Amino acid sequence: MDAQQQWRTEVEQLVRVHGRSRTALMPILQDINRAHSYIPEGAMLAVSSALSVPRTEVYGVASFYAYFSVKPRGRYVIRVCRTISCAKQGEYHPAIATLITELGIGFGETTPDGLFTLEQTNCCGMCDQGPSMVVNEDVHVRLSEASVRALLTEYRQRAGAELKH
Amino acid sequence: MPESKMDPKSVRGFVGNKLSFSDISASEALKSAAQMDGEDIVAIVNASGLKGRGGAGFPTAKKWEYARGQEGHPKYIIGNADEGEPGTFKDRLILTDFPELVFAGMAIAGRAVGAEFGILYLRAEYGWLRAHLETAIERCRDEGMLGKVIGGAKDFSFDISIRMGSGAYICGEETALLESLEGRRGDARNRIPFPVQAGYLGKPTVVNNVETLAWVPCILLKGPSWFASRGTRKAPGAWLFSVSGDCKRPGVYEYPFGTSLRQILADVGAEDAKAVQVGGASGTCVPPAEFDRTLTPGDLATGGSIIVFGPGQDMFAVAENFQHFFADESCGQCIPCRVGNQRLLEAIARMRKVGLDREAERNVRQLAQTMSVASKCGLGQMSPRAFLSILNTFAGDLPAKHA
Repeated sequence: MDAQQQWRTEVEQLVRVHGRSRTALMPILQDINRAHSYIPEGAMLAVSSALSVPRTEVYGVASFYAYFSVKPRGRYVIRVCRTISCAKQGEYHPAIATLITELGIGFGETTPDGLFTLEQTNCCGMCDQGPSMVVNEDVHVRLSEASVRALLTEYRQRAGAELKH
Repeated sequence: MPESKMDPKSVRGFVGNKLSFSDISASEALKSAAQMDGEDIVAIVNASGLKGRGGAGFPTAKKWEYARGQEGHPKYIIGNADEGEPGTFKDRLILTDFPELVFAGMAIAGRAVGAEFGILYLRAEYGWLRAHLETAIERCRDEGMLGKVIGGAKDFSFDISIRMGSGAYICGEETALLESLEGRRGDARNRIPFPVQAGYLGKPTVVNNVETLAWVPCILLKGPSWFASRGTRKAPGAWLFSVSGDCKRPGVYEYPFGTSLRQILADVGAEDAKAVQVGGASGTCVPPAEFDRTLTPGDLATGGSIIVFGPGQDMFAVAENFQHFFADESCGQCIPCRVGNQRLLEAIARMRKVGLDREAERNVRQLAQTMSVASKCGLGQMSPRAFLSILNTFAGDLPAKHA
């Protein structure tokens, strides 16, 4: 089975869950984005023909939303809140500075092992408990240098455990 | 399927005072609604004077009445859980603690306008709440609060599904939200038609904020006069405020409309504030001389966000942070907003470096004016507001202009 055939199969499975109408576009792209950490071109092509939505429009949607990516990302996408109530203690709170140092990458980059992508996000609604960050779908609040280190260790272990299965 | 198995209670946060929602039974409210017809429900909500809690403050009963009068079928009720204004998190608390009140509010809205299907549009940043909300919907179905024959009325059926956003502030705007639900970029639509005439899939659609919906069961059970007796004549009722920033007790607080900023600052432990941002990034920055102003649509309107800035804050760093937000979140559809927000960001960054001369000030004010009159939707119309109020009051935070 060639790569495009694989995408067609995967998208057909999602169509069975979400339907074939235009309103299924977002949920289908969300599932692809979650499973692969981004929306590959082949997936967009398969979605385009399965839902009969022009491929430019599929790309338009996939590139519009901040939680979608059309470029490869790490297994865990870390989004640091940059709104003023979270970030107000200087440019980078010590916890965020620790995060950047520990990962060894800048915003918009992915660690060489493919585990983490670091991004910034606009207000994640945790303003009362900042600094905060969202990792994939989980939110972490009241970050400290220690809690950031502990979380990275936890995610690394989780990834290791998933790989063994 | 939702990926997160996080317990929402673990990040519930602090609640500063007793909330009206805490002693309301969603199932009692639904039983009460089952005894009424749509017209009765609209009349009660109208008598309460409830206005939308998302920020625009449109009278809820008017929206429902308009949708009720439409002939299109089916009709839809959308719960707008895309709370994205910086500094706002009250909907998060409502969804954590009182999801069944939101669902009951949607079902009652459905009975009022003749809709049997609702969608809760949940922002991507609250993805960890999805499993909790799905469980709550299941529980409501099991207890006969959603589904068919709600509250014993054969003609009362309503069900809800959850749809996720994917990270776009603009999708909190109701027409952009509808575009997103239909599988498109979150571009605001032209009105007319309004969503109540032609909304989701071209059908009559009511879009209500989470907090607005949660007040509905309270109003049905405690009566419209209980609700209207709080707040002011023009702005009845109470509001949930999200308080964050430089204060001792950040969290969610309930206040009747007309409460002064000074009282809130005393309650949250921030008497020494240098400034308070009311209404988030698109709101107004209030200096201490104006702390006696009140939080009410005629004075300081808000979507619920109150951010406190302590004595040490550089207010133009705040303005730059907010402006960065708008430049990032503009959907790009119209030029005044897409280019204007970018230019305004550059202007603020330059000002922070070299100060502000008269010509630069004139240019930047002109740009702000153009954006507020020529942008297509609220994002571009409102975005210069915080910057202008900071410029008007805190120009002293800028470096002195070099020769």
